Amino acid sequence: MAGDAKGGDELVFKPMDQFKVEPFFGSGDVAWYTISNATVWMALAVLCIFALLVLGSSKRSIVPSRIQSIAELAYGFIHKMVEDICGKEGLKYFPYIMTLFMFIVFSNFLGLIPTAFTPTSHIAVTVIMAMAVFLTVTILGFVKHGAGFLSVFWISSAPLALRPILALIEVISYFVRPVSHSIRLAGNMMAGHAVIKVFAAFAPLVLISTGIGLVVTPLSIIAITAIYALEVLVSFIQAYVFTILTCVYLKDALHPHH
Amino acid sequence: MEGDIVQMGAYVGAGLACTGMGGAAVGVGHVVGNFLSGALRNPSAAAGQTATMFIGIAFAEALGIFSFLVALLLMFAV
Amino acid sequence: MADENLVDKTATDIGEPTVSEPGMPQLDFTTWDNQIFWLVMALIATYFILSRVALPRIGGVLAERQGTISNDIAAAEDLKAKAVDAEAAYDKALVDARSEAGRIVAEAKAEIQADLNVAIAKADEEIAAKSAESEKAIAEIRAGALESVKEVAKDTAKEIVAAMGGKADAKTVNAAVTARMKG
Repeated sequence: MAGDAKGGDELVFKPMDQFKVEPFFGSGDVAWYTISNATVWMALAVLCIFALLVLGSSKRSIVPSRIQSIAELAYGFIHKMVEDICGKEGLKYFPYIMTLFMFIVFSNFLGLIPTAFTPTSHIAVTVIMAMAVFLTVTILGFVKHGAGFLSVFWISSAPLALRPILALIEVISYFVRPVSHSIRLAGNMMAGHAVIKVFAAFAPLVLISTGIGLVVTPLSIIAITAIYALEVLVSFIQAYVFTILTCVYLKDALHPHH
Repeated sequence: MEGDIVQMGAYVGAGLACTGMGGAAVGVGHVVGNFLSGALRNPSAAAGQTATMFIGIAFAEALGIFSFLVALLLMFAV
Repeated sequence: MADENLVDKTATDIGEPTVSEPGMPQLDFTTWDNQIFWLVMALIATYFILSRVALPRIGGVLAERQGTISNDIAAAEDLKAKAVDAEAAYDKALVDARSEAGRIVAEAKAEIQADLNVAIAKADEEIAAKSAESEKAIAEIRAGALESVKEVAKDTAKEIVAAMGGKADAKTVNAAVTARMKG
């Protein structure tokens, strides 16, 4: 499908081309140190975080400006989430969770700019973040509770006969966590952007065949607008979901006893 | 010729994998619908459970994303 | 993965060597080390920005605001208590003033009443004296008038007796008139 382009007279479907990682300056191979488009958009996300949270709050005013109130809103949102789910002792890990949330939310939103690159649509990125969460939670659990952390798999409220089966299911679901955690974010981002791209490929149909094009082109543009609006929502919700699941996993490490 | 049949199989499989997304849609709708009917009965308790609802949505949706991933793998990587 | 095979296969199948087909860019593992390296850099940078500068500052601002708000609320409550006190004092002053005014009015009334009583008594006395005097004067006048009537009657009786031709001595006439006046 993506390779069907045969020249100017045909619709060009290349929904996956937007995810290509290329060197930002010049061309050639992408080595580990190359400044690629992924690098640039990650750096932009970091700059935006800096602008919002550091420059925005630089006045430390008691009556906040607009940017400062947005920064405070983000702070309060994540702070409350961590406190509600993990309890008071979870607040020690608040900067870590805030880092993940701000980075994901800004990558998602910056990726919505046309022609932008979305770092979070790449499995490489989300897998690293999810594995970081998974390893942190596992190591933290064993450090804090020793072998007692294993009781997270042993559901003491279930009937005794069921417990071994439930333990097996719990162990499997525990190890599937980083997979679903990472694929969910990357898949959502990838799917939304690819769908927009597919609809965008239909938009120039009016240039090729005027008859059908007069119907299809406006429809596809309306569809792009609608999907775009949905993507704005999804961008935030996926960042929220990633963060809240991080909190839930962290709670398991802090309080493994059900 | 052989490659064509393989490719056809891959594309058909991709299409079939997409039916999994319907399941995810049903699941997400079920979660939100039940949340809403519960929330309308006891609106005061609803605010505290929104996070739980989102976790439920995330779990239901993850499986749909898996089927989407399978479709993509069949399309582009097999 | 099988990217190079895939590129070759699709290119030969479609017969277009110009269009390259890399499959899913997400599964192009040659770019993973680049993305992972820069992601780790970005996350570390974000973490230090947040944990060293942004979060303590915003947390401080929020705490400060909370402090200011609770201080302001406390101050407002103080002021409110003061206002309530002031109102109570005002009310008390008002009540005092009212009772004072009532007292003063009563005093003034009593004084006036006393003055009035004295004046009335004096006036009554004067009136009584005047009327007694007048009665005396009237009595005198009456007595005088009776005397005059007696004189006139005696004189008239003498004249009438003389005119009748009788000889009347003054003593008899007088006695007769006096007797007649008494009768």
